[in-house]
Amino acid sequence: MTDQASNPIRDAIAEAIADNRVILFMKGTPEQPMCGFSARTSAALQSMDTQFAAVDILPDPRIRQELSALSDWPTIPQLFVDGQLVGGADIVAEMYESGELAGVLGVAQPDQEPEPVEAGDNGPVGVQSPLGIENRLS
Amino acid sequence: MPTAEDVKNRIEAAIPETTAEVDSPDNVHFNARVVSRAFDGVSRIEQHRMVYAAVGDELGGEIHALQLKTETP
Repeated sequence: MTDQASNPIRDAIAEAIADNRVILFMKGTPEQPMCGFSARTSAALQSMDTQFAAVDILPDPRIRQELSALSDWPTIPQLFVDGQLVGGADIVAEMYESGELAGVLGVAQPDQEPEPVEAGDNGPVGVQSPLGIENRLS
Repeated sequence: MPTAEDVKNRIEAAIPETTAEVDSPDNVHFNARVVSRAFDGVSRIEQHRMVYAAVGDELGGEIHALQLKTETP
């Protein structure tokens, strides 16, 4: 049943975007990304001197469905800054290269190329625990 | 399953004054470079949305990934 008035997953996603200045929806986690595009995007963010929230969309297919409906963006990852969709993997990579990403985040451009995190590495400093959107459902 | 040629044709048919180069090693992952006058004055997000819309609903499903670079001529 689809009820426009009550869509707890979409509400939880919207709330997460509103509550976190920098938030990445990805497959897997920054520590253990499950897709190369998500890995690259989270690595670019991790190389920046910024905190970000990361949401793993894999645990519940409805997260991705509702996220894409909300953002009008079909693929994962999706990066939001200040409540706005910045882009997916390609746009974030282009913006990283050009220095625009640092500008949007309000930080200095890092000196080093980002290194995608391999599974099993310890999580880097500055990454908040992944938000379990599914845990917000009552 | 769409081929690189299908994806190229869809993009070029849907967006006026567009040239698309598309390749795919497996018809599941695609790499596209799309050059269009229609991108003039359009934000990068919207440029990508235009291409995604042209490619269609298989994106995210049968089309697992579309690596995309958009440019104006």
